[in-house]
Amino acid sequence: MTRERYLTAYRWMLLARISEEKYASLYRAGKIYGGVFIGKGQEAISVSTAMALRKGDIFAPLIRDQAGRLAFGESLLDATRTYLGSRLGPMRGRDGNVHRGRPREGYMAMISHLGAMISVVSGALMARRFKGETGLIGAVSLGEGGTSTGAFHEAMNQAAVEKLPLVVVVTNNQYAYSTPTARQFVCGNLADRAAGYGIEGHTLDHGNDLADCLEVIGRAAERARGGHGPQLVVASILRLGGHGEHDDGNYVLDALKRSKTGADCLKVTEQSILTEGLATAQEMDQWRANAVHQVEEAVATAQREPAPDPDAEDWCALSTRRLGDGYDSDSTD
Amino acid sequence: MSITYLEAIREAQARALAEDPRVYIYGQDVGAFGGAFKATKNLANEFPGRVLDSPISEDAMMGSAIGAAIEGMRPIIEMQYADFSTVGFNQIVNNAATLFWRTQTKCPIVVRLPSGGTPGSGPFHSQSMEALYATYPGLIVMTPATVEDAYSMLLEAVEIDDPVIFCEHKYLYYHLKAEALPTEAMPTGKARIARAGRDATVVTYSAMVHEALAMAEELAREGIEVEVVDLRSIKPLDTDTVLASVARTGRMLAVGEAWPWGGVTAEVVARVACDGYNLLDAAPMRLNAKETPVPFHPNLWGTHRPTARTIARAVKDLLRR
Repeated sequence: MTRERYLTAYRWMLLARISEEKYASLYRAGKIYGGVFIGKGQEAISVSTAMALRKGDIFAPLIRDQAGRLAFGESLLDATRTYLGSRLGPMRGRDGNVHRGRPREGYMAMISHLGAMISVVSGALMARRFKGETGLIGAVSLGEGGTSTGAFHEAMNQAAVEKLPLVVVVTNNQYAYSTPTARQFVCGNLADRAAGYGIEGHTLDHGNDLADCLEVIGRAAERARGGHGPQLVVASILRLGGHGEHDDGNYVLDALKRSKTGADCLKVTEQSILTEGLATAQEMDQWRANAVHQVEEAVATAQREPAPDPDAEDWCALSTRRLGDGYDSDSTD
Repeated sequence: MSITYLEAIREAQARALAEDPRVYIYGQDVGAFGGAFKATKNLANEFPGRVLDSPISEDAMMGSAIGAAIEGMRPIIEMQYADFSTVGFNQIVNNAATLFWRTQTKCPIVVRLPSGGTPGSGPFHSQSMEALYATYPGLIVMTPATVEDAYSMLLEAVEIDDPVIFCEHKYLYYHLKAEALPTEAMPTGKARIARAGRDATVVTYSAMVHEALAMAEELAREGIEVEVVDLRSIKPLDTDTVLASVARTGRMLAVGEAWPWGGVTAEVVARVACDGYNLLDAAPMRLNAKETPVPFHPNLWGTHRPTARTIARAVKDLLRR
């Protein structure tokens, strides 16, 4: 692990945290349409997933992946535009918050139905194989709740059958919305499910330890890239907050908050940077100030941009316009 | 030489595979076995590595097709029976159908649904799913009734840059034959006047076109001339051709093999009532399957769905209105 890699990861985590805190504050001020779902406490896992990827790889993030999205190459402005409903963002007001993506660039746009994006990434990897493109992998993020879906099971088995270079990173953050893990599954370790699919599993006990995250997820990615088939990583952490900004998470047990799992990965990382002398306090202050400035600039830019205009909107859901049914409420005009 | 509806589907896929390296077929038992109905017979052999058996995982089959389409492939997914597509429903209606609108990313997928009833097939191998899919923006729903359309519309479906739900009727697989494959085709989005007539219009699609044609033949002996409109695709639905026919006859019966609540016949009646009210000499009518699951026993099945006999009775009712 190089110092530079560790610090790069930290700076993405920092930018993610500061930008999401800003979105949360805009939400409380009533400036954001729809919900805000932040990845507080999961930045180390998320950034490590994206940093295990290279140019040309595929990434399907989920709701708590601001850090990974930024590290994968999404601009902060794209993220901010989507939250603020700018017409100039990638979703142009047609979809919001965490549903953004640029699929043609390998950055998938999640749907809300959990587990659904795993097989989508598998299909993209099958396409790469059809085209004879090798050395590329795909990564998918999921929470522990998503592992209870049929889509998860179908996709894991399918990826195993096709021996795809796929990394599925499951973040067990102890709650799926309000449901604790005890009501979600009974097995001791979700990574044990890998054996059932005939694939390799990896356990990441301390999802708030950035060095561990970079190492374990990085190793899984290299196994996938090396032709060893799908990899399942299960990382444990505590979600530091509610499900979204509408939820105060008052059901989260105090014992969990006080446990090692409940430690904030950003603080843990900052502490280790200082303890190990990887950077000075002054450098860190400078990074934080830079991140705050970037976020303020992105918000100011997106706030000045036009909102979608229903009269100018292209109300056609097909790319083949001639096959539009052309029979909607306007046809009575 | 003659060719069946099923062989036309096989030939269209063979041609698509031969002409476009982006095409591949993925589905249960479609590989060496050639598919449950043999719609992919010998294709795995002729096109190695491009006709792949899938696990019994309709959701993952569809999800992977979406990912492959994003990457520029043109997957053909065979659902073994249309009924089983409910397991892949989420990927079809929430992921494939929304992709272009949300992200401007094209999603060229053909989902083949062996549809409709045959005697002895029962509740889970007989369903007509077209209306479910048609209600979602972002999908095209084809319902070919002839050997020629089965061939040419499937080829067109593969070329379309949007997800196409291709409802091929199992009852027509072996029953329906043509002399040869077509050399030219009507475009999707245009309905066809399957039989001209002056007294009433029957609007229908898929296997019911043939029940309607048999009915029209029968009634012609009694001097009643029924016009039969074959919709060909139910989405887009060619309202203009339907209204033009109603303008000629003044009376309209919509017939479908699907269940009565909502659906294609309700949509056709709604459009004719809203946009062609003044063309009508009598209130329009609908005829559908009965409001129960599709029964297994041929005696029950033959009564559950509309037939030439029940359509003839409905047309006579319509003419008395």
